[in-house]
Amino acid sequence: MSSTVKQLDDWISQPYQHGFVTDVEQDSVPPGLDEDVIRTISARKHEPEFMLEWRLQAYRHWLEMKEPRWSQVHYPAIDYQSIIYYSAPRGRGDGPKSLDEVDPELLRTYEKLGVPLHERAMLAGVAVDAVFDSVSVATTFREKLAEQGIIFCSFSEAVREHPELVRKYLGSVVPPRDNFYAALNSAVFTDGSFCFIPKGVRCPMELSTYFRINARNTGQFERTLIIAEEGASVSYLEGCTAPMRDENQLHAAVVELVALDNATIKYSTVQNWYPGDKEGRGGIYNFVTKRGMCRGANSRISWTQVETGSAITWKYPSVILRGDNSVGEFYSVALTNNRQQADTGTKMIHAGRNTRSTIVSKGISAGHGQNTYRGLVRVLPGAEGARNYTQCDSLLLGDRCGAHTFPYVEVRNPSARVEHEATTSRIGEDQLFYCMQRGLSAEDAVSMIVNGFCKEVFKELPMEFAVEAQKLLGVSLEGSVG
Amino acid sequence: MALLSIRGLQASVAGKQILRGVDLEVRAGEVHAIMGPNGSGKSTLAQVLAGRESFEVTGGEVLYQGRDLLALAPEERAREGVFLAFQYPVEIPGVSNVYLLKAAVNAVRKHRGLAPLDAIDFLKLVREKSRLVEMSEEFLQRSVNQGFSGGEKKRNEILQMAMLEPRLAILDETDSGLDIDALRVVANGVNAMRSPERAMILVTHYQRLLDYVVPDHVHVLAQGRIVRSAGRELALELERRGYGWIETEAAAG
Repeated sequence: MSSTVKQLDDWISQPYQHGFVTDVEQDSVPPGLDEDVIRTISARKHEPEFMLEWRLQAYRHWLEMKEPRWSQVHYPAIDYQSIIYYSAPRGRGDGPKSLDEVDPELLRTYEKLGVPLHERAMLAGVAVDAVFDSVSVATTFREKLAEQGIIFCSFSEAVREHPELVRKYLGSVVPPRDNFYAALNSAVFTDGSFCFIPKGVRCPMELSTYFRINARNTGQFERTLIIAEEGASVSYLEGCTAPMRDENQLHAAVVELVALDNATIKYSTVQNWYPGDKEGRGGIYNFVTKRGMCRGANSRISWTQVETGSAITWKYPSVILRGDNSVGEFYSVALTNNRQQADTGTKMIHAGRNTRSTIVSKGISAGHGQNTYRGLVRVLPGAEGARNYTQCDSLLLGDRCGAHTFPYVEVRNPSARVEHEATTSRIGEDQLFYCMQRGLSAEDAVSMIVNGFCKEVFKELPMEFAVEAQKLLGVSLEGSVG
Repeated sequence: MALLSIRGLQASVAGKQILRGVDLEVRAGEVHAIMGPNGSGKSTLAQVLAGRESFEVTGGEVLYQGRDLLALAPEERAREGVFLAFQYPVEIPGVSNVYLLKAAVNAVRKHRGLAPLDAIDFLKLVREKSRLVEMSEEFLQRSVNQGFSGGEKKRNEILQMAMLEPRLAILDETDSGLDIDALRVVANGVNAMRSPERAMILVTHYQRLLDYVVPDHVHVLAQGRIVRSAGRELALELERRGYGWIETEAAAG
């Protein structure tokens, strides 16, 4: 191995920075899944009857479903009976009360993660819902948001306090029977965030949820629902981390977005779940269903994701463009290093007239990482004048990793215009040498090349997080060039 | 004292010996041309001086400003003022030309204990230097070398050299693949960079670049050694007679 490559290896192999464990007493149900477990979860959350029924129906359906096998990702069979489906820090009732009542150990955890929950200490203009294993432990700025009629709370709370809204929209975009993991989530989901932006209101601050997995052997099944009524707009961001453990943990979330006439939802993800070690031991299985519905005319839904963590990422944040002139966007950076695998992309379903969608996907593979873009653009017969532009670029670091691209296009309206561009390139020794001959260090050279590659996606992130994302990318580039 | 002093330099690539004992002294202010047939080791010499790792140094030494050049990492050599204009400049998609230039200039400035240039001063400097190689500002915003013509790539190399103001500039076949207009622009850029503090090594197969950039010394590299050194007239003789006779002499000697 040459010394440049050695240098890169050392620099690139920086340890995962959020791998610590919080020492709190956890209240968990025993591992395993049956109707009783679901009843227990529902009872702990004091849910109304309709919610329990909904869960049980999803569970019964799930029992008849088969785990999908069509992706490019490979993993040993998951034993669903060995997973703990509910785990919460002990010693608190249900629903977050004021911050003063939150266990200081938990507050310290979020502090350490760079997400302080004291409102005065927070990033200006960002409200946070903090989800720890199966429960939300705190939600900030709720009162301030409530002044404008905005509801931002944990999902459990929404079920209890706004059952009519939950009932109306839950499962309206991702039905419980949508797919294997969505059905599982519908049966056992524990917590997540609920956002409701009423008619004509522009949400004055970024809303965000920080998901933390802490307990061992626990699955996290979060459920997030965001509704923007007519003319409303909101920007939402989620962040995710987990301790370093040798076993794999399942994270199977469902996120639903609903945009009515002239509404805009911008959803950004910085996913940094524990990716496993260099040999591929441990790490999160991130099997997630995310979908938005542009239900109203002129509505807009935009997904931006920076996926650097997880042993396996398997998800396709999608948009159903039902309203006329609605717009769907997907901007993605997915990085796989060491033994990480990602099979990610999007679905843009054009149903309304003059609907437009843009897909920009940047896959980076290093080490033995395998990175797959899988995307579907479907234009239905009624989608007169639909347009799509897809750009799909892959960057390889080294020669042991892989990039794969599966674009599916189905056009059933002759007026549609669909464009697809794809490139694959490699950071070579020659590029590094070129930059170093100009005085740059190897680290700076790789970082510059990778950031240049991701520029189009980073510019879509809210300002505060674009900087974070760049740093994260630098830290996550474990693996080697050679 | 010589700026660069190469003594008995031997180098191989993939186990094959390319340089078999090169000796060369270069003083500040001088322009040296290194000529030779294909495969004689010209580009290898340029790459070894810049620190490319795929070439293994198997013997000899190189002193630069009195220090052991071969002990320095490529980026350290660059920061110490060694510049290589590449024969085949690489493309870097998504990284704008101006971004790379700024990163490079500031890396070198930092090494020299200078504060980084701010955006305004940098822009002023880059505009001035762009004029030197007749590059429009639009080039600065484009991705590094991506979609550039052969001539544009070489002009870009000269622009980088002008920005970094090296003490030792090595131009590896900068004239190859250029039409006459591009050659003139590149040569003007190089001539503008000549100074009593700076030395240049022009690696070239043909003598036509030397019509524009007149060297102080001409060396012929054959079979991994410098077999003849003289003034400018040697280049003209090579133009007339080719390399065959010199290789024969070298083999006989």
